[in-house]
Amino acid sequence: MIQGVFKTLGAAALGMAVTLGAASAEPTKVGFVYVGPIGDHGWTYRHDKGRLAIEEAFGDKVETSYVESVPEGADAERVIRQLASTGHDLIFTTSFGYMNPTVKVAKQFPNVKFEHATGYKRSDNVSTYAARFYEGRVIAGILAGRMTKSNVIGYIGSFPIPEVVRGINAFTLSMRKINPDAEVKVVWVNSWYDPGKEGDAAKALIDQGADIIVQHTDSPAPMQVAQERGVFAVGQASDMTQFGPKAHLTSIIDDWNGYYVERTKAVMDGTWSSGDTWGGLNTGMLRMATYNEAIPAEVVEEAEAARKAIEAGSLHPFAGPVLDQDGKEMVAAGAVAEDGMLLSMDWYVQGVQGKLPK
Amino acid sequence: MIETLAAILVTVVTAATPLVFAATGELVTEKAGVLNLGVEGMMLVGAVSGFAAAIATGNPAIAILVAMIAGAVMAFLFGVLTLSLMANQVATGLALTMFGVGLSALIGQDYVGTPIKALAKLDIPVLSDLPLIGPVVFGQDFLVYLSLVMVAGVAWFLKSTRAGLILRATGESHDAAHALGYSVIGIRYLAVMFGGAMSGLAGAYLSLAYTPMWAENMSAGRGWIALALVVFATWKPGRVLVGAYLFGGVTILQLHAQGAGFAVPSQALSMLPYLATIVVLVVISRDSTRIRLNAPACIGKVFHPET
Repeated sequence: MIQGVFKTLGAAALGMAVTLGAASAEPTKVGFVYVGPIGDHGWTYRHDKGRLAIEEAFGDKVETSYVESVPEGADAERVIRQLASTGHDLIFTTSFGYMNPTVKVAKQFPNVKFEHATGYKRSDNVSTYAARFYEGRVIAGILAGRMTKSNVIGYIGSFPIPEVVRGINAFTLSMRKINPDAEVKVVWVNSWYDPGKEGDAAKALIDQGADIIVQHTDSPAPMQVAQERGVFAVGQASDMTQFGPKAHLTSIIDDWNGYYVERTKAVMDGTWSSGDTWGGLNTGMLRMATYNEAIPAEVVEEAEAARKAIEAGSLHPFAGPVLDQDGKEMVAAGAVAEDGMLLSMDWYVQGVQGKLPK
Repeated sequence: MIETLAAILVTVVTAATPLVFAATGELVTEKAGVLNLGVEGMMLVGAVSGFAAAIATGNPAIAILVAMIAGAVMAFLFGVLTLSLMANQVATGLALTMFGVGLSALIGQDYVGTPIKALAKLDIPVLSDLPLIGPVVFGQDFLVYLSLVMVAGVAWFLKSTRAGLILRATGESHDAAHALGYSVIGIRYLAVMFGGAMSGLAGAYLSLAYTPMWAENMSAGRGWIALALVVFATWKPGRVLVGAYLFGGVTILQLHAQGAGFAVPSQALSMLPYLATIVVLVVISRDSTRIRLNAPACIGKVFHPET
C-alpha cells in the first residue's frame, strides 16, 4: 500500500518534471475518443472538425491524436487509459457511453484533463459539455409549419432517449404554434447510423403522407430520399445541402470548434478548471445551415427572428403552458422548463402521434 | 391504397436485393465446402470501389464491374490464406471483415460527403405506369433484375450442370472429389471468388442504388444477415430469395407500422425481422434429415491433398 503510494508519487513527480522541463519545447497533447468513424459525415465527423480546428489554431504548439469507432464499454476504458498514459494533457471523450470509463480513468490520472460530451458526471479533472440542439429544432419547426402542405411531418428518431424526445417536442411545439393542424409521425430506427434503414424509414413516412422529413440520426440517406421523392427535409449534424439541394430546408449543424480551441487554450495557459457547459445557439455550438431558396422571404425572416430571440434569451423553446399528450400540464403558463426536466424528458407533447416507447 | 401497397413493395424489393446478392454468392462458396465469414468486409470494399469508379468514370456498368472485381480480389486473399496456406476459415473470415472495414474507410476518405446520381430505374412506356405491378415489376433498377437472374442461374448451375455437381461433390467430400481427379483447391478458389464478386455486387447496390453515397461502414451488418440467410435457406438458392424478401418485408413493414401509429414498442418492432428469421429457422430445423442432406458435409474443413 505504502509502496504503492510512493510509486504513484514518484510517477507523478517524474511526470511533473517531464512537463516542467519540456514546457517550452513540448507541444500540448490533445487526444480524442470517437464512437463512430470520422467519415460518417455526422456526429463524429463534426468532432473531428473540432480537432482540426485546434491544430489550425495552435499549429506546432499542439499535437492531436484520435481513436475512432471505439465501442461504448470495456474497450473505451482501455483506449482512454492508453491516451492518458501516453502523455496527453487533455482528452475529449465524445459519446455518452464513455461517461463511466472517463470518470474511472480520470481518478487514476489527476494531472490529465478530461472533457466528456453529453454526460453528467464531473470531478476535479472531468468537465462535461453538450449543445442545446433542441434550440435548432425550434427553427426547423417554424420552417416545417410554414412549408408543409399535407400537415404531416415525418420524424426519424434513433433511440427514445431524452435527448431525442426533447428535440421532437421542441420541434412540435414550435411548429404547432404557427400551424396547429400539423402533426408529427415518429419512426424509430433504433440505430444512430444505418443509411439503408434511415432511408427506408424516410420512404415509409413519405408513403404515409409526410411532405417534410426531419431526422435525428447521422447519415444523409433521408435527405437523399427526400430529394428523390420531391419533399423537403431538415439535415442533422453536418450541412447536408449537397445530398438534396432541392430538399434541404436547413440543417442543424454541430460546431465544436470554438469550444475545443477555448478548452485547449485553457490547458496551455494553466487556467483550465472543471465545469459543465450546455451551450445553445448563442455560443455557436450549434448553428443553422443556409436556408433553402424555395423558402419565402417572410418565413426566413420569421425563422431568423426566432433564432435571434433564442440567442437573446427572450424565447424559450419550452415556455409554458406545455401540455403532454394526455393534456396534463407539464410546464405552467408563464414558466419555462428547467434543465432538469429537459434532461429527463420522457413524454411527448400534443401533436406527436403514437406513444413514446419506454 | 394500391399506391401505398406498391410503394411498400418497391421498398421491400430494394431492401432485399443486397441480401439476395451476398447470400447467393456465399451459398456457392459454402456449397464448395468453404465458410467465408468475410461477407461484410467484401461488401464494404465492393461498395467503396464501385462508388469510386462511378465518380471517376460516370459509367455505372464499369462501376459495377469494378465492385465485383474488388470483392473477388478480397475473396482471393481469403483463398490464399485458407486454401493454399490452410489457415482456419472462421478466424480468417473474421479477419477479412475487419480488414475490409478498415480498407474501405481508407479508400473512401475522399468520397465522404460526395453525392452521386442513383442508378436509373427501368421505364417502359405503358408497362411501368400500370398500377401496382408497374412500379414493382417494371420499375426497378437493372441490378434488381440481375439479382433474380443470378438466383435462377445459380439454382440451375448447382442442380442441373455437371460443373455444379462437381462443385457440390467438393463440398460434400473433398477426399472423394480429389480421388476422382478433380482439383479441390482450384474449384474452391473459383467458388470463393464468385462469392466475393457477388458480395462486391451487393456492396455496389448499396453505394450506387440503395443509398447512393459512400459512408463508412454503410453496410451496417447486412453481410452478417446474408450469412444467416444461407443457413436459413438450407443452402437452396430459391429459399435465399424467399428469406431475403421476407427479411426485407418485415423490416419495411415495421417502419410503416410505426408511422401508422401501431401501439407496439418500436424496439419490439425492430426485433421482428430477426424474430421472423429465428421462427422460420426453428420450423425448418424440425426436419433435421433434410438439413443434413443439404448442408455441405465438408464445410469449414481444411483440405490437405497429401493425406
